[in-house]
Amino acid sequence: MDNQYNPNEAPAKHMFSMQLDPQMFEKATDEEKQQQEVMSESTTFFRDGMRRLRKNKLSMFGIIVLFAILIGITAAPHIVPYGYEEILSVEGRRDKGAKNLKPFEYSKMEQQYIAKGGERFPHIFGTDEQCRDYFIRVIYGTRVSLTVGFFASIIVLIIGMLYGSISGYIGGRVDMIMMRIVDVIYSLPDMLMVILLSVVLPSLISFPPDSFFGKMGPNMVSLFIVFGLLYWVGMARLIRGQILSIKENDYILAAQSTGASAGRIIRRHIIPNCLSVIIVSTALQIPSAIFTESYLSFIGLGVQAPMPSLGSLANAARGGINTYPFKLVYPSIMICLIVLSLNLLGDGLRDAFDPKLRR
Amino acid sequence: MTRYIIKRLILAILTVFIIAAITFFLMHAVPGGPFNREKALSEATIQALNERYGLDKPLIAQFGLYLKGLLHGDFGVSLKNGREISSIFAESFPISCKLGLMAVGVALVVGTVLGSIAALMRNKMPDRIIIFVTTLLTSIPSFILATFLLLIFCIELGWVQVWSANSNNYILPVCALAAYPMAYTTRLAKSSMLDALGQDYIRTARAKGVNKFVIIFKHALRNSLIPVITYAGPQIAYIITGSMVIEHVFTIGGIGSKFVSAIGNRDYTLIMATTIFLAVLMVAATLICDIVYKLVDPRIKFD
Repeated sequence: MDNQYNPNEAPAKHMFSMQLDPQMFEKATDEEKQQQEVMSESTTFFRDGMRRLRKNKLSMFGIIVLFAILIGITAAPHIVPYGYEEILSVEGRRDKGAKNLKPFEYSKMEQQYIAKGGERFPHIFGTDEQCRDYFIRVIYGTRVSLTVGFFASIIVLIIGMLYGSISGYIGGRVDMIMMRIVDVIYSLPDMLMVILLSVVLPSLISFPPDSFFGKMGPNMVSLFIVFGLLYWVGMARLIRGQILSIKENDYILAAQSTGASAGRIIRRHIIPNCLSVIIVSTALQIPSAIFTESYLSFIGLGVQAPMPSLGSLANAARGGINTYPFKLVYPSIMICLIVLSLNLLGDGLRDAFDPKLRR
Repeated sequence: MTRYIIKRLILAILTVFIIAAITFFLMHAVPGGPFNREKALSEATIQALNERYGLDKPLIAQFGLYLKGLLHGDFGVSLKNGREISSIFAESFPISCKLGLMAVGVALVVGTVLGSIAALMRNKMPDRIIIFVTTLLTSIPSFILATFLLLIFCIELGWVQVWSANSNNYILPVCALAAYPMAYTTRLAKSSMLDALGQDYIRTARAKGVNKFVIIFKHALRNSLIPVITYAGPQIAYIITGSMVIEHVFTIGGIGSKFVSAIGNRDYTLIMATTIFLAVLMVAATLICDIVYKLVDPRIKFD
């Protein structure tokens, strides 16, 4: 090529020019060239967020506690030989003395049984007033509370996402009508409506007892219905707002002009772009769902007995609060730990994935 | 301004109507009438009772009658003890109201003070302690906090008398009720105070050499209060629902504990009346808060 730059034939240098003489420079060796190469890989948005999350000590504490609880509630029912509704018995006979035992205490019958050489698994948290092992009840209560919190948030997420994305994407009159409906539901006092629905719904719905819903019990099903009916509005508003701002971007216009369908644009372009907001608000939804569930169980509207939930355990423990305060302590600590670690995790996720929301 | 208020009023009235409708029709969907007893009543008695309470009319007509009664302040009669519900309210509402107002006051004042301290001493020890404590407090459900306060101060230490007819000490219930909103207000006040401190007018005031306290109290604090006012509306809703369990735990005879025991007894007319009563209260509180918020801050446009 003619006009390629050749350092050996540099154009003549003007006397006062600032131009440097290329011949004064030394060529870089291969080793030196290698040093200039960028060694670190380019990071994705997700990886960058995870790195920031890992740096956040409080969030890591939350994750560790949550993992410990998850391992505990999956492993404990396999290790502890009692059932959550099983009334204790020794060698087939009902153990009437095993009422309200203190932690790690054995009843008289059990002591005799151990003296004879039998083995008995200790009652780690003692027993309750109906001679049931309290540890396993707390474990099952945690299972129920976590399940309710998790699935309720998923329901809220799905309904809110569908509604919000349709409303935000279509816009115009449809959006206006859909948002007026949201306004009205939003202005209903949610807790009162939840209480009202939880009073009424269980007597209205019935399922065959051996079906999936029948096993959950009408109270639990109505709890999910209540979440599905009332709590999605916040999520729908949030997602609609996100979509309204994302919709203005040029890549959406490009997709539209190449003939992509509305559904495809929502799925491929819009949802991934508001994913961080969705993740963060779902993570913060779980503890509030657990709060609501334990609140309802506490006033006697939650999960049906004998299935325990942390709220109903705390409520049951109020009866003997003078003499057996430990029965209140365990479920309470469990609720606080779960909610605290989920809150810490949610805050950490928000800081890591949503720089706009950072305070 | 007037347009905004009218718009909000219409929405509020619509909300109350929808709540009344939902409550009424849900309660009527429940199987079993009010006169279902273990001992069956005779046909003639049931018919007489139905006529007496207007239960023989079509559902819509009954709803109309119910609404008419509500507008006249007539909430009907409790199914369990036959008392006028309005007289139950007259007796129990003042207690709840007093408790709730004290809790709101404590939460707002303490929350704002703590939040401002945290913002002014950012990343120092007091800030860390305040944020740590408020994070803990937001993770404790009110009913658990209430039960523990009762356990520790009434039963173990015996410092405070258990609530009864001649001993009504509001300290523990107010603490239990105010804890969560206080923690939330603290966080809110901190972030809005930080926001206000970073504004140009603060820098200008500082550059002029204005006294530090004048800057904090006159310029920063006043501007940082606006988000706190916005939060006060929903907070009242929280206080009302929170006070139900707290009254239940401390056995205070307020409207909340009446509601919880009505749920336990399935006293449908009382549940219905309390729901509507509390809902109207919440809607009104939110409405007033929103209007005050717009009045206080002239920067906000009306749409």
